[in-house]
Amino acid sequence: MAGDFPDDLRYTESDEWVRVEGGEAVSGISAFASEQLGDVVYLQLPEVGKRYGRTEVFGEIESVKAVSDLFCPLSGEVIAVNEELDATPGLVNEEPYGRGWIARIRLENPAEAESLLEAAAYAQNTTERH
Amino acid sequence: MSEPLLFDRSSPGRKGYSLPACDVPERPVADLIPAPYLRRTAAELPQLSEPDVVRHFTHLSKLNYSIDSGFYPLGSCTMKYNPKVNEVTVNQPGWRSIHPYQPEATVQGALHLMYDLQDLLCEIAGMDAMTLQPAAGAHGELTGLLMIQAYHRSRGEGHRNEVIAPDSSHGTNPATASMVGYTLITVRSDERGRVDLNELKSLVSDRTAALMLTNPSTLGLFDEQVLDMSEMVHEAGGLMYYDGANLNAIMGIARPGDMGFDVVHINLHKTFTTPHGGGGPGAGPVGVKQILEPFLPMPAIGRRDEQYFLDYARDHTIGKVRSFYGNFGMLVRAYTYIRRMGSDGLSQVSRDAVLSANYLRSRLNDLYDEGYPGPNMQEFVLSGRRQRKSGVRTMDIAKRLIDYGFHPPTVYFPLIVDEALMIEPTETENKDTLDAFVDAMRSIAREAEETPELVTGAPLTTSIGRLDEVRAARFPDLRWRPEKVEDAATG
Repeated sequence: MAGDFPDDLRYTESDEWVRVEGGEAVSGISAFASEQLGDVVYLQLPEVGKRYGRTEVFGEIESVKAVSDLFCPLSGEVIAVNEELDATPGLVNEEPYGRGWIARIRLENPAEAESLLEAAAYAQNTTERH
Repeated sequence: MSEPLLFDRSSPGRKGYSLPACDVPERPVADLIPAPYLRRTAAELPQLSEPDVVRHFTHLSKLNYSIDSGFYPLGSCTMKYNPKVNEVTVNQPGWRSIHPYQPEATVQGALHLMYDLQDLLCEIAGMDAMTLQPAAGAHGELTGLLMIQAYHRSRGEGHRNEVIAPDSSHGTNPATASMVGYTLITVRSDERGRVDLNELKSLVSDRTAALMLTNPSTLGLFDEQVLDMSEMVHEAGGLMYYDGANLNAIMGIARPGDMGFDVVHINLHKTFTTPHGGGGPGAGPVGVKQILEPFLPMPAIGRRDEQYFLDYARDHTIGKVRSFYGNFGMLVRAYTYIRRMGSDGLSQVSRDAVLSANYLRSRLNDLYDEGYPGPNMQEFVLSGRRQRKSGVRTMDIAKRLIDYGFHPPTVYFPLIVDEALMIEPTETENKDTLDAFVDAMRSIAREAEETPELVTGAPLTTSIGRLDEVRAARFPDLRWRPEKVEDAATG
């Protein structure tokens, strides 16, 4: 079920996760979000080399149920995207925190990550939405 | 058993025609058609006899499900019965056999009908003028927003670049706004499923071109704050757009025009019993208040000295939005329906549609969670969240309903209800049918607890079982290809 939120990650209220690694961060969508969406069939990935502000729409994710926006979790330049998702978007459902990662961002302001939710707070947030 | 394709049934030499010898001189096809348009490989059309073809399509028609074969509670779509008298009327030669290029003097009846239909729809919606051209609801939205844009520009307010729509809105609303070049601003619903007025207040500004609202909403809830919203938007210089998808709930009882709306689209294929979905083209007339009349598409239907005519004299028109004058056959059907029902009949339609929906909700809300508390209008939204605990999802419930002989409700919409099941029975179903549907839904709720695998494996009674939606979306196989013949690489 949806209660799987690793402690070493930070989360947004719009259901993205980030793993900060020095001046960079890897991001994806949470297990809760991928469960809510259902089977993912297509992703429009962010543009590599482009700068996005925090909460700015930087992609799209389409499941058998609906199309949703992907929001940039932290401000910065997208330096890589997970091209494996083009052929196997289901990785987002299978391994949301692993092979289902979406983008790697060079952070403009690493301290921004402090404002994101910790696992426990995010878990609480998802419960309230039920 | 699934039905083989015509291509699979083909056998060389079979045919369904026999032509007499040609009695004019034959010329090589290359003399008649320019070379770039000539195909270089055989078309590989299937070779079949007439009964082969007739049986194929008859078999397919038996696999079909329609409002003529059963209950079809597809929320937001108003799948009501389409009376057969509509077909009798539209098949009169005077409607069926006319041509859009005929001289006006010879099609006075058709123009008269369109003129009267405009008046009737204006009266029902509380509008001042109407165009019958748009071919469906979303096309009506586009027409409406183009008029709103033209209006603002004509007043030197072309800077207005935002359209506001609630998070419960039909997906077509944001799509239309975006297509016209507006930025979409989403306003949240409050805990009652109504527009959050405080948030709306903070979003309305001198950049607001319009607020698009469906009332009652896709949650089947009437937003009684609509007059406040109209005032707020109008004070900021914006206009009010009414998505008429749910007009079936309020006919003869309340009018969008009286709620402050400036533009309304009406779905004849929902509210006014013209065929729907695969059954026929739609029709989405758009009504406007006087301030927008100069921007209506042309031609309008005019009347002068007891004669009807196509009026192209419109200074600020947004132009034509549809070839000829709209889906004319649908206009005749809708006109037939309105005349047959009369004003008392139409308001009874709305009362019965609301009654049916509330009856269903009150008989199901002990076993299924409600998206938002009722009472509701023409439809209501349940949530499958309780069933989900036993591993049964809303999609499974929908598929299982097929085994019980019903068309499933709309699922996973509106987006703001988790595991949504959106049910709209319409007024054309009797209590026996509604009760049979209730029995099926209650039985499925029991199955979800006791034998969930029965539900997650549904449908079990159809010629083809559960389709692999991911594969269908990822690897669509839309075209039959011959096995041995090389692709005619003409591209």
